[in-house]
Amino acid sequence: MSKISVNGKIQDVNTPISIIDLITQNNVAQPSMVSIQLNGQFVNRDDYENTQISEGDEVDFLYFMGGGQ
Amino acid sequence: MDFTEVQIQRYSRHILLQDVGVEGQEKINNGKVLIVGAGGLGAPIALYLAAAGVGTIGIIDGDVVDLSNLQRQVIHFTPDVNKPKVISSKEKINMINSDVKVITYYKLLTAENALEIIQNYDFVVDGTDNFPVKFLINDACVIAKKPFSHGGILRFDGQTLTYVPGSACYRCLFHSPPPPNVVPTCSQAGVLGAIAGMLGTIQAAEVLKYLTGVGDLLTNRILTFNAKTMEFRTIKTKHNDYCPVCGSHPTVTGLIDYEQAVCEIESLRKNK
Ligand SMILES: [Zn+2]
Repeated sequence: MSKISVNGKIQDVNTPISIIDLITQNNVAQPSMVSIQLNGQFVNRDDYENTQISEGDEVDFLYFMGGGQ
Repeated sequence: MDFTEVQIQRYSRHILLQDVGVEGQEKINNGKVLIVGAGGLGAPIALYLAAAGVGTIGIIDGDVVDLSNLQRQVIHFTPDVNKPKVISSKEKINMINSDVKVITYYKLLTAENALEIIQNYDFVVDGTDNFPVKFLINDACVIAKKPFSHGGILRFDGQTLTYVPGSACYRCLFHSPPPPNVVPTCSQAGVLGAIAGMLGTIQAAEVLKYLTGVGDLLTNRILTFNAKTMEFRTIKTKHNDYCPVCGSHPTVTGLIDYEQAVCEIESLRKNK
C-alpha cells in the first residue's frame, strides 16, 4: 500500500497504479468529464493508461462544469 | 477624473479601503468589462460591477428571460419574463448606478464576432452555460491577449479561474470540449440557485481586483467548491506547454464554433 493524495485527501492504494485505474477506483461516473493533474501537471488523455502513480503523488480530478445560466 | 461629492459618498466604502482609495475607485470607473451571458453567473456579476461603478459594462446574450431563470438569475424580475436578458439587465444597472455606461449585444458570441467585440474591453467575464462558448471565450482572449474570468457551475459545485496573458488558460487544464450530449453539459442537469451567486460574486471580486491591481488573482490556480460540504479548494495549475492554444506548438490558431449538445439547442429554441 502507498499513500497518495487525491483531490487533497490521502488515499491508500496499491501502487503502481495507472491513472485510468485510479479513475475507475474512484468511481468517476463519466471519465470523459474529468481532466487530470498529476503533481500540478496536466496529463494528456492519451496517456492515462501508461502514466503510473507512485507513493506521495498528488492527483487532482478537475471536472468539466459547463453551467452558468 | 474628479469625483463629485455624490460619487465620493456613493463609493466611500471602496475609497475607505487602504488598498483601493480614490485612485483605485478611479480605475474602476474607467474600467470596461464584457459579461458574456446575462444568466445565473452574469446576474450577480453585473449587479456588483454596476454597484462598484465600473465605467462601461458590455453584456452579450441572445436569450429572453424565462420563468425558470428566476430561481437564480437575480437581475431579472417576474415582469421581465419574455424580455431580452440584455435589456432586463440594462434596466437594472441603470437603476443601480447611472455612472455606468451599458452596451448591450442581443446575440450569441460566435467565432465570427468574438474578437471584434472583446477588443473594446479591458476584461471579459464568462457567465455562459455551455462549453462551445466557454472554449470560444478562452481562445479569443488568449489570441487577443485579453484577461478573463472563467466560471462554471453544476448542481452543487462551482469552479473558477482567472487568466491573464501568460498564465495557465482554460485549455491548459481542459484540453478540448467534452463530447456533445454528455449529460452534465446540459442546462437540464439542475443547479442550486445560490451557487450562481457564490461563484458569480467571486468572479466579480476578481474583476475589481484586476481593475484596481489589488491582491493576487486566481491565476495559475483553479478554485472549486461544493456547497453540500461547503469545502473550497484552490488547486495550483501550470501553463501547459502542450496546450492547443497557448502551448509551444498551438493547433488552435483561429476561433472555432464547436457543436452544441442537442438538448442545449432545444432549450435555446424553447426559450425563443
Ligand atoms: Zn493554455
